[in-house]
Amino acid sequence: MKIQRSMGRKIIFGFGLFASITYVAPFFLVLLNSFKPKFDILANPLGWPTQFTWDNFQQALQKMNFFRSLVNSIIITFFSVSILIVLSSMLAYYLARTKNKFTKTTFLILVASMIVPFQALMIPFMSIFAQFVSINNRIALIFFYQGFGVALSTFLYHGFISKIPTEIDEAASVDGANDFTIFWRIIFPMLRPITATVAIVNSLWIWNDFLLPRLVLTRETQTLPLSTYLFYGQYSTQYGQAMAGLLLAVIPIIAFFLFLQKQFISGLSSGAVK
Amino acid sequence: MSRQNRARNRKKFLIFGAIPLSIFLSVLIYPFLQGFFLTFTNWNGFGYTKFSGFSNYTKSFRDPAFWTTLGFTLKFVFVSMILVNAVAFGLALLVTSKLKSSNIFRTFFFIPNLIGGVVLGVIWQFIFNTALVSISGKFKLPFFNDSWLNDTNKAFWALIIVTVWQSSGYMMIIYITGLISIEQEVLEAAKVDGASPIRMLYSIKMPLMAQAFTIALFLTMRGGFMAYDVNLALTGGGPYRTTELISMHIFQEAFAFGHFGTGQAQAVIMFFMVAAAALIQVVVSKRMEVQQ
Repeated sequence: MKIQRSMGRKIIFGFGLFASITYVAPFFLVLLNSFKPKFDILANPLGWPTQFTWDNFQQALQKMNFFRSLVNSIIITFFSVSILIVLSSMLAYYLARTKNKFTKTTFLILVASMIVPFQALMIPFMSIFAQFVSINNRIALIFFYQGFGVALSTFLYHGFISKIPTEIDEAASVDGANDFTIFWRIIFPMLRPITATVAIVNSLWIWNDFLLPRLVLTRETQTLPLSTYLFYGQYSTQYGQAMAGLLLAVIPIIAFFLFLQKQFISGLSSGAVK
Repeated sequence: MSRQNRARNRKKFLIFGAIPLSIFLSVLIYPFLQGFFLTFTNWNGFGYTKFSGFSNYTKSFRDPAFWTTLGFTLKFVFVSMILVNAVAFGLALLVTSKLKSSNIFRTFFFIPNLIGGVVLGVIWQFIFNTALVSISGKFKLPFFNDSWLNDTNKAFWALIIVTVWQSSGYMMIIYITGLISIEQEVLEAAKVDGASPIRMLYSIKMPLMAQAFTIALFLTMRGGFMAYDVNLALTGGGPYRTTELISMHIFQEAFAFGHFGTGQAQAVIMFFMVAAAALIQVVVSKRMEVQQ
């Protein structure tokens, strides 16, 4: 019986190992090839580099404007997500605490709007906001993310706030605090776990988003996914440089994830149950 | 009292709800409704001079390329939905099977999900176009002799492979959450009654986590219809626009060819397909819950 069980374990472990290798192999391939000169990649894409070179990285850093794109990505993600947290938590508090026909209908519309794909409105969207985009495309993009992100974030906050007893608000209200103070001083700090979820879900989306930034941003303001795509398109035959560029593009987010792994997984799983 | 209450509510609306709701209306609802409206005019991207009835829709349906796209998209949504969820559920079972290394496995399975479709797409483009072709030349593997991306049928499977690799990690998290939420007593009771592991999986675990399946299936369905990044970076719609998913088709129609009216009509058709699929799913999963 025991032997059978440990055999079963070994088989499961074998499966896991095989699957893990399959999942990481493409990244490993990129890593391996980013250090090779071009002829080495063509001759032997799977092998160990016969000749280590940092040249690829130097070229890629410069040609894809890596640092400028990285800063653009950080600025856009940081401001979009921060503002989204403020706006959607406040909206959710209002919708969860004030019960009338208007708030109920509004909440239903927000939930229903989540099935609308961006592509369904992308064409009129671009002509409506063309002028706004031409004035300051980064601010425009951050503004757009509020509109597209508010439904899911409000939904997540709404579920959490509904579980907080209203007696807490009432007690603070009796003590003379107004609604604004009650929310920011008492309720918002209690929302920390769901705020982590909202922050992670939205950061992943905005950091990796491609279609909307492609329509809105210019060369100077492009984010990392955009510059990676353009760089790869131009230099895809310079395999070594292309691989170095891809590696540079994936490093920041993987590092961030490994650093905050626990929060990521628990945040995403509590977001998933909703 | 009620007047005071109403005044307080109005103030609350202005402080808490007015800004996010007006952004939501202007960014999402207004363009969405206008998009509907414009499909019935001769809109050219800037303005319109007259109503044109259903001509944008009839034009779309008379275009054979649109039918190719629709067929390709439906096939993609269907296959990716099944494979992503099957793989994700398998991974979730593996990770929850109390192995010592399950945390590391979980991390590895999740990593592709952190990275955007464009970057993943170009990584795999390199794999299919360069790495596999070079290996097959060396080891005489006829299977990869020609890049998969040069053949419509094989390019379809390339898209599926990358999509499964990308999204199964996230769906796995949803299934893990579902598996963990099953009460231990129920499982022990079944064990005492002599249920085999496979029987437990089918008759107890899966019905008790029906909600996780509903969510994951919905997300993969929606993701399939909206897929753009991987499509663009991996196949670019080629060879000869035969692997264009509907998102890319709409984008090309409007922004590459300037056919704003038909492009938007196709976008509206896409919306109704997503809405219909979502509705069917809700009905089916409700029925599953009744059966329990």
